[in-house]
Amino acid sequence: MTVTTDNKHAAYLEEIHKGGQSKYHDKNAEQGKLFVRERLQLLFDDGVLAEDGQFANVLAGDLPADGVVTGIGKVNGQTVCVMANDSTVKAGSWGKRTVEKIIRIQETAEKLGVPMLYLVDSAGARITDQLEMFPGRRGAGRIFYNQVKLSGRIPQLCLLFGPSAAGGAYIPAFCDAVVMVEGNASMYLGSPRMAEMVIGEKVDLETMGGAKMHCSVSGCGDVLAKTEEEAIAYARQYLSYFPSNFKYKPALQEPKLPASFEKTIDELIPKNQNVPFNMHDLINRIIDEGSWCEVKKLFAAEIITGFARINGQSVGIIANQPRVKGGVLFHDSADKAAKFISLCDAFHIPLIFLADVPGFMIGTQVEKVGIIRHGAKMIFAMSEATVPKITVIVRKAYGAGLYAMAGPAFEPDVCIALTGAQIAVMGPEAAVNAVYANKIAALPKEEQAAFIEEKRNEYREEIDVYRLASELIIDDVIEPNDLRKTLENRLEAYKSKELTFTERKHGVSPV
Amino acid sequence: MTIVKASMAGTVWKVLVQEGQEVAAGEDVVILESMKMEIPIAAEEAGTVKRVIAAEGDFINVDDDLVEIE
Repeated sequence: MTVTTDNKHAAYLEEIHKGGQSKYHDKNAEQGKLFVRERLQLLFDDGVLAEDGQFANVLAGDLPADGVVTGIGKVNGQTVCVMANDSTVKAGSWGKRTVEKIIRIQETAEKLGVPMLYLVDSAGARITDQLEMFPGRRGAGRIFYNQVKLSGRIPQLCLLFGPSAAGGAYIPAFCDAVVMVEGNASMYLGSPRMAEMVIGEKVDLETMGGAKMHCSVSGCGDVLAKTEEEAIAYARQYLSYFPSNFKYKPALQEPKLPASFEKTIDELIPKNQNVPFNMHDLINRIIDEGSWCEVKKLFAAEIITGFARINGQSVGIIANQPRVKGGVLFHDSADKAAKFISLCDAFHIPLIFLADVPGFMIGTQVEKVGIIRHGAKMIFAMSEATVPKITVIVRKAYGAGLYAMAGPAFEPDVCIALTGAQIAVMGPEAAVNAVYANKIAALPKEEQAAFIEEKRNEYREEIDVYRLASELIIDDVIEPNDLRKTLENRLEAYKSKELTFTERKHGVSPV
Repeated sequence: MTIVKASMAGTVWKVLVQEGQEVAAGEDVVILESMKMEIPIAAEEAGTVKRVIAAEGDFINVDDDLVEIE
């Protein structure tokens, strides 16, 4: 439509809502990408309720909305603010008004106390506009400053549909969680072209900063989605576990029973401590059916982190996974748990620790990557958490593993052991070896096995779960099949818990 | 061709496959012993075992080759 004085308003709106040139829409479609306004239609219950700054840069003619849609809508009936890059407009790049719009919608989210969603698909800064959008007080840096300030006040979630390059890569980095679409989403500070020019590395984009790499290796991504629709559906589910802001608790949902299975919890846990089992099988038997929402499924899978509901109430579950790396804690698993614990605590989501942990990994390799300082992050976050904390020793908790999984010293509201669980500095095999190595070596060969078995049995008795319960080290011992009921009762009992960890400016978090 | 690698440092406790054997994706091929735990290592893709690289009792580091699958 040609713009004339008479039809100016309608003509402008039509141009703006169309986005960029049709060749860019075609390219989007080829890549399996939706147009930004379609994404928002899928995300919101009833479309965008209020859009701000849609006329940004309208006089330029070819920069509809200046490449970003900012506004307010409802997700599951809850108001949220959103910024969404339009990749058909100069590849979603940021100019002065793009940045100003993003900053303003963040400010709106803060004032309203509602979640802020970042739908990112952007080539980064418009270098030609850098003086106006990069260095100043309301330059792009302010977006990140705002994110940090909003962190823990309102939920911040990033959906990454395309690139988030260089500085732009910090938007996902400061969000509570990042959903990445496989094949299209990428994060990197320097592109493959730049890497070749500057450091001589030849690498493709997927290897450098693809969605799969970030969700399974670097840990910068939390959820890998096959399609944009799947990513958006995840975001809608994710938000359902959260309150609008830190002043409220998550809304209760319709309670549901766990799904039914042939095997009971008791039947699926192997009696032999050394034999693995799949912790997901246990989780499925204690949570409301269909309520599982996993975070970082592909990263450090030896620890499981995810949201669920028990009797309709949001909970965050941190569980060792004996099926992967024996459930041993590594530097990455500690990082993963630390962030998840901190996220749940910020928004009043009670924590359930399901411990089956042989301890932290040992050896030169993990010492070199600083497993001690990474482990410290997890223990720091878990200690600081003041939401209801329920610790369940499923099978074993050895060494610092007991501490990291919210052992008795870390103020859980309750530490429960399932019958047959073991709590100790180390397992019987390692302990007997540590204490009696010299003595065993001095014995004649044929007597060694019997001696070792005798000492192991003595040790098992010493760490027997009823002995620990008798000494009040743990608060209760329950039959495995009673776990769901126990959790329901405990969560109900701890609802009124309100606590401040301690008074200070802030702790000095290990990193 | 894919190489099944060790997910963590430890000792090879049991090799569950022989050369020439068919394996399914997700099937355990080796069990490591580490931190007093049995650590099953699965083939990521289906195929035929071309070569068993690790022997029972070997100490292996993370990312060391265990089994080659074709």
